[in-house]
Amino acid sequence: MLAAADLAAIWLTLKLATLTTVLLLLIGTPIAWWLARTRSAWKGAVIAVVALPIVLPPTVIGFYLLVAMGPNGPIGQLTQSLGLGVLPFTFAGLVVASVFYSMPFVVQPILNAFEAIGEGPLEAAATLRASPLDAFFTVAVPLARPGFITASILGFAHTVGEFGVVLMIGGNIPDQTRVVSVQIYDHVEALEYAQAHWLSAGLVVFSFVVLLALYGLNPNRRR
Amino acid sequence: MSIRARFDIAYPGFTFAANLDLPGRGVTALFGHSGSGKTTCLRAIAGLERAPGGYLEVNGEVWQDDANDIFLPTHKRPLGYVFQEANLFAHLTVRDNLDYGRKRVAAAKHRITPKHMIELLGIAPLLDRLPERLSGGERQRVAIARALLTSPSLLLMDEPLAALDMKRKAEILPYLERLHDELDVPVLYVSHTPDEVARLADHLVLLEDGKVIASGATSELMTRLDMPLAHGDSAEALIPATVIRQDINDLLTFVAFHGGELTLPFQEVQIGQHVRIRIQARDVSLTLTRQQDTSILNILSATVTDICNDNPGQVLVALDVGGTRMLARITHKSSEALELKAGSKVYAQIKGVAILK
Repeated sequence: MLAAADLAAIWLTLKLATLTTVLLLLIGTPIAWWLARTRSAWKGAVIAVVALPIVLPPTVIGFYLLVAMGPNGPIGQLTQSLGLGVLPFTFAGLVVASVFYSMPFVVQPILNAFEAIGEGPLEAAATLRASPLDAFFTVAVPLARPGFITASILGFAHTVGEFGVVLMIGGNIPDQTRVVSVQIYDHVEALEYAQAHWLSAGLVVFSFVVLLALYGLNPNRRR
Repeated sequence: MSIRARFDIAYPGFTFAANLDLPGRGVTALFGHSGSGKTTCLRAIAGLERAPGGYLEVNGEVWQDDANDIFLPTHKRPLGYVFQEANLFAHLTVRDNLDYGRKRVAAAKHRITPKHMIELLGIAPLLDRLPERLSGGERQRVAIARALLTSPSLLLMDEPLAALDMKRKAEILPYLERLHDELDVPVLYVSHTPDEVARLADHLVLLEDGKVIASGATSELMTRLDMPLAHGDSAEALIPATVIRQDINDLLTFVAFHGGELTLPFQEVQIGQHVRIRIQARDVSLTLTRQQDTSILNILSATVTDICNDNPGQVLVALDVGGTRMLARITHKSSEALELKAGSKVYAQIKGVAILK
């Protein structure tokens, strides 16, 4: 069955995925809103940058984040000047990396949902005395709810499934950066196939349930 | 009480230039074909469309004056807007939709009550439903109530009936007429349907290719031969009148207008009630002497003011009946036979009269 180290890896994974999802909803929502409403020439470029992690190998993202967060990188300089030290090989570093890595999976569904609302309801809200911020929270966000649900599920699941970036940026430190995917890798390296099976099968079931929830229960698809 | 607006908007391939001075009461219709700039004008008044260099003043309040850097954003303008598509909030029940604007307006400014609106627009049975469970006509009624519950000082309506079929239109028009009669909110109503204009508007602005070609009382513009509304099959005169007598033996209703009296088949109206009478040009024939042995009850003495060619073989004759304007459509041949010209004294025989409200 599962050893203490496996349970620690599962706990760490859930903690990382939850924190990442919450942060991404906070960061991704304004980005998606801006993208949905802007007529700026930068729109295409920003969408492309956000989508980069979909096509890049995780090692590339991991490598650049490692450099950026290292002692001489811009993020590293910033965190050092704030007295936080450097982020690579810490849980915090893993969270920052995951936010970049899972960004498109959160921004895209929210962006699609915002775009589907169109101008009509927001103009109606304005004629009913709602300021733009008021209309955002009372009209746009509630109408985009299916998009937020999809974004949360995808962001969470994608972070759980992350491996390459973790290896590049976090290494393999118990309770710090050793998430389930890395733990499975360790088990296989040590030829502990039984333990590897338990964790792997767990991930398969988890992923299936998540996707079932997404495609089977999402109110988006009911109509 | 007035609405003064000056807008110049240039789009690629289309410019909209309007200088309007409209009455700040009653229903004013912006009438024109699609692409004439009606909706643009309404959106500019609402602040949804930015017209650089524009000026807008509603009943003494300046909403936009770019020369002095004044531009109230839409949500700060005390207006109501009814869109072509109702634009109800899909995540809120009808009740919450109605409350949305109302609760954002200071209670001291509430003049129109939910109870009154719900009753006036007949939406009591719908209150707990979500918009997706409403018919098109029901949605539009809720949207009208929602806009009015902000107690606006100006109601803008952008073809509120355009997305509806004939049956739904007929269902809503009476509600709009009641609004006009019961509420003291000036309305700007965009339409391309002469019938809606005839039934609702007191004042009319005709738009063509982004320009105002005429502005005036509906009864006048609809009967002026140089105006497009006076042509086509639906050419008609709209006459304000008062009910003076009901005859329940012969089942007749009598109304008085400025310049004479008319007899109608019995109508469900009150004596003293103000009504709008519609006389279609094709229902009016002309004689030089008063006919004695005729079945036609309404024969009025009139003066010809203008004649113009209409459909092939027909002419449209503008008449003055004691100060009220009417139209008659007769054949070219008859016109020649009677030697009609401006100033001719004639008798107008009116075959059909309808009360619009």
